[in-house]
Amino acid sequence: MSKIIEGLKYSESHEWVKVEGNIAYIGVTDFAQKEMGDITYVDMPEEGDDVLAGEEFGALESVKASSELICPVSGTVILANGELADAPEKVNEDAYSAWIIKVEMSLPSELDALMDADAYKAYIGE
Amino acid sequence: MSELKTCLYDAHVALGAKMSPFAGFIMPIQYSSITIEHNAVRQHVGMFDVSHMGEIFVKGPQAEAFINHIFTNDIRGYEPGKVLYGMMCYPDGGTVDDLLVYREFLADHFLLVVNAANIDKDFAWIQEQAKGYDCRLDNASPRIGQIAVQGPEAEKTIIEVLGYKEAADLSFYTFCDVEYNGERLILSRTGYTGEDGFELYTTCENIVEIWDKLIRAGVQPCGLGCRDTLRFEAGLPLYGDELSPEISPVMAGLGMFCKYEKDFVGKEALLEQKAGNVARKLVGIEIEDKAIPRAGYPVETEDGREIGVVTTGYHSISLDKSICFALVDKEFSALDTPLCIRIRKKVFPGKVVKKRFYQTNYKK
Repeated sequence: MSKIIEGLKYSESHEWVKVEGNIAYIGVTDFAQKEMGDITYVDMPEEGDDVLAGEEFGALESVKASSELICPVSGTVILANGELADAPEKVNEDAYSAWIIKVEMSLPSELDALMDADAYKAYIGE
Repeated sequence: MSELKTCLYDAHVALGAKMSPFAGFIMPIQYSSITIEHNAVRQHVGMFDVSHMGEIFVKGPQAEAFINHIFTNDIRGYEPGKVLYGMMCYPDGGTVDDLLVYREFLADHFLLVVNAANIDKDFAWIQEQAKGYDCRLDNASPRIGQIAVQGPEAEKTIIEVLGYKEAADLSFYTFCDVEYNGERLILSRTGYTGEDGFELYTTCENIVEIWDKLIRAGVQPCGLGCRDTLRFEAGLPLYGDELSPEISPVMAGLGMFCKYEKDFVGKEALLEQKAGNVARKLVGIEIEDKAIPRAGYPVETEDGREIGVVTTGYHSISLDKSICFALVDKEFSALDTPLCIRIRKKVFPGKVVKKRFYQTNYKK
């Protein structure tokens, strides 16, 4: 069973969003990290980069495969989680504390299109 | 098309392996994790089901002459019990397959071991080329299973678990015939990992029993995932990635396995390529970042001109470096040439390095 946290928003491409006012923390779900296996590299955007909902903003790499990260909201990256550059395995250890980017949202209403915990649970069918 | 199963399919499923289609077979990709399995082979011992590989017997008075006609390497003068690596080429120098040739202990008997994905293509090619030679061909692939036992503790494992003391006397690229349940077993000191190790060929029934014995002795089962990371670090090509009808042995840097003092199919084309008439060459590239160059990613010069493509790449488990094989325009193939790899939206600088990334540990 994959861990799902109440109060977060979820995308169909298995990213989670934690909202604090106008700020969104974005990471990948426990389900996603299990599917990937041992993560060896997190490709992240840089501070100041613009991101668009539905568009790629980076990638997770395991030994064998790479998987694109799709941004659930639009905005500007105000911080990328530098810890993951040296310790990508943190995504495997606790997917919900290992946020990847912190975004200042330009269109918070995009959050309405995302799933809540119950809907995401049904979506992954566990 | 449904995939074939090897004789060890049930054993893999019972071990909880992640199964995936490969070369027309449904094969184990990993049992626990690629990293754990990779390190087991580098540090201790691991075993692989390689029953999907193809075995073709060639027998008859002109078997040697025939094999030397299709094989880039030269088997003349090789004694019984020796194994030789080389390729079969098309007349234009493109690669039909890379393979092992075993000179058996009976006069005029040879065994060819070919890639799983190429069994049908190879056998058709060999039959076609054998016209006019006095020899018999037998594609024994479905009847023969194969296990590779690889790693620094491989010899100890073969002796202690299976009782084949002969293992100690074999040097790399030699083999001997032993028995298991009264049936023939070929014990070959060969492999595809860069480590010392053995490959065992015998009947499918025997293979199932031997696998089970090795599992009970605690040998780590290893999937095709780490087979690829291991062979890659050791600088060994994979047919389909580093060799193909479009990629000749000369382009792949395997000229040392082509012997031009004899005739073979493709020789003229390869000689011409060797003299410089070749557009691209295979190189190793190391980049200064943890980003991973994957097959198909473009290789660029420092000023952004695309001059090649990645064929295999990983963040190397044993070396903790991001490295790849790439086919690049010949003028950029010299060691230390600065080259960049485009990975998604970013460009990562690197340089040409030796293809044998990892120091191999064979028993000479």
